[in-house]
Amino acid sequence: MKHPAAVAILGVLAALAPALPALAVDPTQMPTPELQAHYLALTHEFRCMQCQNEALADSPVSLAADLRAEVRDMLLAGKSDAEVRAFMVARYGDFILFRPRFTARTAWLWLAPWVLLLIGAIVLTRVVRARRALLDQDFEPVDEDARP
Amino acid sequence: MNRFVLPMAVFVPLVVILAIGIRHAPEKDIIASPLVGKPAPSFSLPDLADASRAVRSTDLKGRWYLFNVWGTWCGGCRAEHDTLLEIQRAGVLPVVGLDWKDDDTEARAWLQQLGNPYEVVAVDHAGRAAIDWGVYGAPETFLVNPQGIVVYKVVGSLTHDVWTREILPRVPRQPFPGS
Amino acid sequence: MLPELGHFALILALLLAGLQAFFGIFGPMFGRERWTSAVPPAVAGQFVMVATAVGCLAASFIGDDFSVRYVAANSNSALPIFYRVSALWGAHEGSLLLWILLLAAWTVAVSIGAARLPRRFAARVLGVLGLVSFGFLLFTLATSNPFLRLDPPAGDGADLNPILQDPALAVHPPILYTGYVGFAVAFAFACAAMLEGRLDQEWARWTRPWTTTAWAFLTCGIALGSFWAYYELGWGGFWFWDPVENASFMPWLVGTALVHSLAVTDKRGLFKSWTLLLAILAFSLSMLGTFLVRSGVLVSVHSFAADPARGIFILAFLVLMIGGALSLYAWRAPLLKSSAGFELGARESLLLFNNVLLVTAAATVFAGTLAPLVSDALKLGTLSVGAPYFNPTFMLSMLPLMALLPLGIHSSWKRGRLSDKQRTLLMTLALAVVFALGLAFGIYSHGQVLTPVGAALGAWIILASLVDPLDRWRRGLSLSRAVLGMSIAHIGIGLAVIALTTVQSFTLERDVALAPGAGTAAGGYEFRFEGVAPIEGPNYDGVGGTIVVTRGGAPVAVLKPQKRQYWVQHQLTTETAIHMSRGNNLLVALGDDLGAGRWSVRIQIRPLVSLIWLAALIMAIGGAVASSDRRYRPARAVQEAAAASAVGEQAT
Repeated sequence: MKHPAAVAILGVLAALAPALPALAVDPTQMPTPELQAHYLALTHEFRCMQCQNEALADSPVSLAADLRAEVRDMLLAGKSDAEVRAFMVARYGDFILFRPRFTARTAWLWLAPWVLLLIGAIVLTRVVRARRALLDQDFEPVDEDARP
Repeated sequence: MNRFVLPMAVFVPLVVILAIGIRHAPEKDIIASPLVGKPAPSFSLPDLADASRAVRSTDLKGRWYLFNVWGTWCGGCRAEHDTLLEIQRAGVLPVVGLDWKDDDTEARAWLQQLGNPYEVVAVDHAGRAAIDWGVYGAPETFLVNPQGIVVYKVVGSLTHDVWTREILPRVPRQPFPGS
Repeated sequence: MLPELGHFALILALLLAGLQAFFGIFGPMFGRERWTSAVPPAVAGQFVMVATAVGCLAASFIGDDFSVRYVAANSNSALPIFYRVSALWGAHEGSLLLWILLLAAWTVAVSIGAARLPRRFAARVLGVLGLVSFGFLLFTLATSNPFLRLDPPAGDGADLNPILQDPALAVHPPILYTGYVGFAVAFAFACAAMLEGRLDQEWARWTRPWTTTAWAFLTCGIALGSFWAYYELGWGGFWFWDPVENASFMPWLVGTALVHSLAVTDKRGLFKSWTLLLAILAFSLSMLGTFLVRSGVLVSVHSFAADPARGIFILAFLVLMIGGALSLYAWRAPLLKSSAGFELGARESLLLFNNVLLVTAAATVFAGTLAPLVSDALKLGTLSVGAPYFNPTFMLSMLPLMALLPLGIHSSWKRGRLSDKQRTLLMTLALAVVFALGLAFGIYSHGQVLTPVGAALGAWIILASLVDPLDRWRRGLSLSRAVLGMSIAHIGIGLAVIALTTVQSFTLERDVALAPGAGTAAGGYEFRFEGVAPIEGPNYDGVGGTIVVTRGGAPVAVLKPQKRQYWVQHQLTTETAIHMSRGNNLLVALGDDLGAGRWSVRIQIRPLVSLIWLAALIMAIGGAVASSDRRYRPARAVQEAAAASAVGEQAT
């Protein structure tokens, strides 16, 4: 084999080949509306492992159908959402979740928006304070009608 | 620090990360298996050769083996078949097959035609056992030690290179029954 | 022969771009008049060469020349002519060529518009644009040449990816790229200012129309992509926070901030270094988007065929361009301080809030998009980030921004106090809240907490935007295009907020298994499945379903979703059927054949979803109107320059 990496990728791609962005319609009906809501929420939360950025609920590949069946059976057996998630993550890793869990390794990502807002607030406070102070020495007229 | 240098100071580490990303790009489709270092999942599935017999994970304990997930519909499996036969001939450890989402008759015909590298083949029609192994494509191959722990996982076709570089060094030489 | 001609034209274009860059930057720098004058002809020449190359490639496509590798990979003799042309930008090499063509076109436009700019400054702008062109042309010729031949030639082509065989998707790249590339113009203006060591209100006035126009195109491009995803992909989704979508959204967010920052620099000479940085950032994000799509570092439905070698080249190009610009920034920006002041409630202040929130939003999307990359590079494990992250974090910055928008519209420059406009603001807010409650609980019977909040914000923005124009019209006063455009664009945003709130809150989705004659009810409508029949098209066949929709028994529509199998690529696509009824979008798609005539069918009712794209169009129109204001035109500029020199201070 001249290029093992290439062949390895080909193997994976061969499995990925059916995963084109076609539609999967999932007519699974759970016995109660509440279970149905849980089922829909969960199947939208998991990534289809063979596709590029599709949820389990929308993916047409057979693996996705198998995993959806797994979710259905677990819910029917009375498992909670957390248990279903733990099941999936134990087998496929964090990658299967669209919503990254909040752990020491992902904390930076979840905290980032808040930190950015904090930095923004600090910048705003400093700039506005400085500019208000400058108003007293400012005699430049401004043409009111010339907005925006 | 001069605040005008700040943008550059943010830009540089970003470039470094992107450069690392490029280096890792070919492997980005290969998800690291959370099973490595953990016990192999237990299963009890029909034997491809004789549906009345079961292939059990408990029977495999106590020795090194390769667990190979394949199907007749899978092009990469066809590509790695010769390597599997080579591994069988080497006699270092047995290869146990998992025929995934496949037709039994076609699977038997395939092995008849191309040669059977497997000590035994378990049949998984529903795909539940494969899910337990975290399989997300075929072919995939797992190296399991005598204690039943998954030591290494190969995603994609198993090549001679990977066999000699990654798998062989991890297996202490031992006689293989029947060699 | 034609491909060789095209190839040769590209090489000539590369040389001309190089000359354009060299003369444009070094001519003014060393005071060489002959070099500076050589720039416009180089620009024209480069455009002609690039257009020739594109023409040759197009001719190869139309003529089914399968000896050209790119044509063989992306076309087919059965492909309709319209798609043979659009196949030109259907894959990596051709889309790069499209980028280069649009960049050359923008450069020519700038060159013509530069008649009113000082010659040396104009040459610098064109020189920087020439550098960008040079980089892209070099990249194309070195790693992504579309004119490579196949020997022996293919018998027939591999066909264009069926999901690209669609009118909306055919025009999506040209419009989107026009926006992306347009930010290169703002970037060039910024670099030229830094090279010259001078950035004043006049510079801002020159840069504004170009930037706003690019922004308008980008708005349309993104909206078109979203619209296509909605009706083509079959899930009824229109935004997935996919890395490539984010790659176009981040420049849009920063571009919006830039448009507003330029307004402040134009009016008050403030925020100069902010504006510079935003101009650099907007273009950097465009370039980063190019990198992400073509280097294979991220998992995405949109990626072109991944090639790390190309990734390295683009990364190097990025480092040179952005690193160069940021170095210039670090060197020159400290000189740009101004001593003007403003109040907390003044327009400058609110626009500063606007900029900070938009940049924060862009940075959040950036973090989420690159998180898998960062996590992998720092050995923190494999991470996956999707809508459950992006939606809440994006709203964190956007909600405050939407709340501040009406305040910003009514704020006055410098010493403006919001208390002066209290009555107007409170009255419009009250009306908005009434509207929102009516929408949430009157028209639709269910909703979440954020529903009335979102609807109220959207309505408040629209009402606040209408106050001034209506007031001036009532009093018989004239309304400048700049103010009119601004109002239109803000109304667009308000509409988008209302539409998004409604869609997120009130979408109904039902997946059912139906036998012919069976039906289901949802959202007040009845859907009856009439079975499927075989269909055939120019290069595909498949099945078409019929679903009869009624409301209370009265006929509404007959929907015909399809499942197509394209002959060449054997790809199965789902064609949804959509009907608009009373502001609702009814979407029906075929799922799987369950045997015995039964099919799984997806039904979706999305209220006001089309309003989202209409709102985007309105925003873009607002931008276009604002850009066409007379104060940006040459004659006025000459007048003002004369007035300014007479009075001794800027009159704007």
